Amino acid sequence: MKPHTLSVLVENKAGVLSRVTNLFSRRGFNIESLAVGPCEEPGMSRITIVVIGDDALVEQVMKQLNKLIDVIKVSDLTGNERVERELALIKVTAEQGTSRAEIMQVASIFRAQIVDVGAKSVILQVIGDSDKIDALEKLLRQYGIKEFVRTGTIGILRGTKTVTSMK
Amino acid sequence: MKTGAKILVESLRREGVETIFGYPGGQILPVYDELYDSPLRHILVRHEQAAAHAADGFARASGRVGVCLATSGPGACNLVTGIATAYMDSVPIVAITGQVPTTMLGNDAFQESDITGITMPVTKHSFLVKKADEISRVVQEAFYIAGTGRPGPVLVDLPKDVQTGTARDVPPAEKVVLRGYNPTYKGHNRQIDKVIALILEAERPLIYAGGGVISSNASAELIAFATQLGIPVTTTLMGLGGIPCDHPLNLGMLGMHGTEYANFAVTECDLLIAIGARFDDRVTGKIDDFAPHAKVVHIDIDPAEIGKNKRVDVPIVGDVKAVLTDMLNSIKKNGVHDAWRKKIQHWKEHHPLKFPQDGKLHPQYILQQMNKLLKGDATIVSEVGQNQMWTAQWFGFHKPRTWITSGGLGTMGYGFPAAIGAHFARPDLPVFDVAGDGSIQMNIQELGTVAHYKIPVKIAILNNMYLGMVRQWQELFFDHRYSYTELPSVDFVKIANAYGVEGVRVDSVDEVMPALKESLACEGAFVIDFRIEREDNVFPMVPAGAAINEMIGGHPR
Repeated sequence: MKPHTLSVLVENKAGVLSRVTNLFSRRGFNIESLAVGPCEEPGMSRITIVVIGDDALVEQVMKQLNKLIDVIKVSDLTGNERVERELALIKVTAEQGTSRAEIMQVASIFRAQIVDVGAKSVILQVIGDSDKIDALEKLLRQYGIKEFVRTGTIGILRGTKTVTSMK
Repeated sequence: MKTGAKILVESLRREGVETIFGYPGGQILPVYDELYDSPLRHILVRHEQAAAHAADGFARASGRVGVCLATSGPGACNLVTGIATAYMDSVPIVAITGQVPTTMLGNDAFQESDITGITMPVTKHSFLVKKADEISRVVQEAFYIAGTGRPGPVLVDLPKDVQTGTARDVPPAEKVVLRGYNPTYKGHNRQIDKVIALILEAERPLIYAGGGVISSNASAELIAFATQLGIPVTTTLMGLGGIPCDHPLNLGMLGMHGTEYANFAVTECDLLIAIGARFDDRVTGKIDDFAPHAKVVHIDIDPAEIGKNKRVDVPIVGDVKAVLTDMLNSIKKNGVHDAWRKKIQHWKEHHPLKFPQDGKLHPQYILQQMNKLLKGDATIVSEVGQNQMWTAQWFGFHKPRTWITSGGLGTMGYGFPAAIGAHFARPDLPVFDVAGDGSIQMNIQELGTVAHYKIPVKIAILNNMYLGMVRQWQELFFDHRYSYTELPSVDFVKIANAYGVEGVRVDSVDEVMPALKESLACEGAFVIDFRIEREDNVFPMVPAGAAINEMIGGHPR
């Protein structure tokens, strides 16, 4: 059982996301993270899915995904040289004159940006892989996290290899 | 400009549809109005489930796409079991449903159900049409998707305002192009050469042929391939008819209620060639002990089936007919497996299927008599349960598409409406539905349909006043505790008569052949209520989870 990052190129049509996620829920897979957005090809979207499962089961789900009419290509990025990123927005308790300076220091170590400052809180924006965001969250917990929002992982292969509709 | 309803009916005609099975209702009214003076023949069933099964039976008997039609909400929901049945057995049907107007979608309007959502896991694809000008393209794509690659059901959901809305007449595309759908038909040459080499090396090769042989119309190629290389063939429930029952290489059905010799052959073979089959648990029993000494070749059009249940040594993704044709062309010399065939012949002689010869009315006898009378020139449909397994074992199938049964989903109530569909596919052949007294009561209302249209479906009820297969399991595995499986006697002849259908009750062996002949002589539908021995079992049987050579009710080995 290990995490797999799947990149799924789909037709940008109503219902395509439920078709894709249905194949996971049917097998009792929990989707760890999910990100959907338009991509370089008109009329298509790219879905990045992170699931934890054994290799054979993930391979079976990939084959089932390939059978969907609206799915154009499926790739498992796991095991390839790749870049993976998430973005998180974290609202942290920061009353004036108390921890605010410390929080800003932590933010700068993580190359996080302060994107909003209020009387009693600040909002941090951070980009990185899951581990980096987990680490920042852990550090900020002592100051009081009021709200924590993060995107699903998106991933792309390093070098010239691509996950596109081209063969 | 034309209405969506008119475009739909014209599109169906363009796809070559002649007969559709359906049931009207509020949100499909514009389509029904269009059908009123259309040359399309519409058969009004008595329950939407029957429309789906009839479309399925039509598709299996003809090899063409079957069509069913229902209204929104409850009508659409009633199709679901039929769609799931078609999905599990890879049957091409297009189900068309009415839907509430687009402006009311998602508002819990009267008779609204999210049918594309409900059927998502049991359809190959589905469409929710939003505009009338999409209908022509959607119908063309729906038929293309249903009927190509690994066939399957496709649902087209049509909101009422799309049916009444108008659009320009859009000519159909010359060729359907879908970026995400490109089935592989031709097998890989190098893989094919590998298989040929394996066959020539093997001492005990065996072909395990499934429904893919039937759906790709590859029966002739299968027989030629097996004969040329001298390889014995066992078929799944879905593959029956792919090779004639009396062919010397045929071992009959394998699996839970397979023949002893087929299961022995699987267990002892050193090369298993799976053709259009999917290693279903009812076939394999305990998967680790299935063909334990064999290298495995798997030919299937669906790449997702390769390695799904069983590790495969040589996979070939492709259409069964195309791959077998290429294989036949690559064979340089014939295989010789005399010692192996001799061994199998020995098993065949010492482990035949059997039933008590005591003059009592046993279902196996009835099926033997049916076979004697019909000689393979009939479409045989079954319900699900003991009736289905007895038919698979005892009725000898000679040709593909003459055996129609719900294999994967195991849908009781499938047989009678599927037989109606099969009649429209092959009106030249007599159609028999072999039923149980349990199954027939799941769609018995279709007596109304066969009476209405004078559809000559013959129903042979193997009546044991039990839900027989469940009772058999209770007898064998639940200490004879017959929990809710006993059914009180029903006078099926009276029920048939009430609908205007003729029927006869049979209590003894002497009455069997005369009753069968009477049913054939009758122009319309006919019901035979065979009062069989109540506690007959389907044997041999592999208990669930056991290895397939561990059968009960067979011969001592």
